[in-house]
Amino acid sequence: MPASLAHEIASLTGEHIVLVAVALLTASLLGIPAGVFLTRKEAWRSAVLGFTNVVQTIPSLALFGFLIPLPFVGGIGKRTAIVALVLYALLPILRNTLTGILGVDAAVVESATAMGMTDRQRLFRVELPLAAPTILAGVRVAAVTTIGTATIAAAIGGGGLGVFIFRGLASVDSSQILAGAVPAALLALAADGGLGWIERRFARR
Amino acid sequence: MEPAIAFRDVSYGIRGKEVLRHFELEVAAGETLVLLGRSGSGKTTALKMVNALLTPVSGEVTVEGKPTREWDPILLRRRIGYVIQEAGLFPHYTVARNIAVVPELVGWERGRIEARVDELLSRVGLPPGEFRARYPRELSGGQRQRVGVARALAAEPSLLLMDEPFGALDPVTRRDLQREFVALRRSWTKTSLVVTHDVREALVLATRIALLHEGRLEIVATPREFLAQKTGEAQIFLAALEALPVT
Repeated sequence: MPASLAHEIASLTGEHIVLVAVALLTASLLGIPAGVFLTRKEAWRSAVLGFTNVVQTIPSLALFGFLIPLPFVGGIGKRTAIVALVLYALLPILRNTLTGILGVDAAVVESATAMGMTDRQRLFRVELPLAAPTILAGVRVAAVTTIGTATIAAAIGGGGLGVFIFRGLASVDSSQILAGAVPAALLALAADGGLGWIERRFARR
Repeated sequence: MEPAIAFRDVSYGIRGKEVLRHFELEVAAGETLVLLGRSGSGKTTALKMVNALLTPVSGEVTVEGKPTREWDPILLRRRIGYVIQEAGLFPHYTVARNIAVVPELVGWERGRIEARVDELLSRVGLPPGEFRARYPRELSGGQRQRVGVARALAAEPSLLLMDEPFGALDPVTRRDLQREFVALRRSWTKTSLVVTHDVREALVLATRIALLHEGRLEIVATPREFLAQKTGEAQIFLAALEALPVT
């Protein structure tokens, strides 16, 4: 492999990781509080879950296309790509936060309330720690799918490993496609393994 | 003397179904009053009104003379020990941390909490050295229930609420814990309100028994008086007591 290719793989992998990390972090910062909110507001549940479900069904290339003409979030480049990735990552994180917290043993939640915990104390000391493995499982699913979806970001100038894939498709050069696909697959495996390890550590407590 | 707890014309319903109807009861300071009744008789509903987990639809419940509506529910609950079936221990906390929950919430200092945890573990028959650092999943059902009782007593509440506290235990362990509870009770001055459907348990634990039937108070009686009942719901419960297939 020529040094220039290795160099490009390294830099595009870095770009890919940044795309995914920013999207995941944003989706977690939105999705976990939103999930907690939904555990408190039953009336909002079906509407919010419905919206995220619908987003999930939009083909990724189409979603990128829809976003481009929008003001603020749209345009060509990384910002649009990240917005789309966040929308995709939101559902598993939101849903797992909701089911994780609702799945905490009712007797445990009742004890927490009956012992005089405020809503906030109950959330941070009891519900979130006990729901953590489920929430992390959601983040893990989101991470793996986002790493894959992020390869499409290159179609709208978002960069990342997709650059290789689209270039390979355009020039019918399968080695270029592999230069993008293999590192992306390895990233997904690494993220899955790493987050799985953290998840198990939480679950063991 | 002012009753520790009083139910005054309390009614409660969910989805059109009346659970409690014009319920009246006074619990005197220091007594162990057992709410006895079948499933759906409203006994747990009544219990949960005392620590404001539920609010009466009409009427009022007073604790130490003050209606629960006027109490800050958080402060009220921290003053009341609460024991439920299966204990409801926090699975991610050690035994010691579980017991320390309320003392921590009300801001006791570390040393006092640690000393209290050890004292309580000894009192409920679990050697602190052996049990402090364990997690609830590493305990038997009876041990978990002991920790549940210790946790409820931790911040020295003057009032103790117990909802089927020994319900999930095997009969032998249940008998042991009931006996220990009675012994423990002699050493304190707490007011206890206990919910059970087990007439035998009611007779063992209670200083007085309040029998509920379909959301109404049927009778209030000492165990001795209760045993002498010849009519109504009390008789049905007593018949169940005698219906042992012994030849």
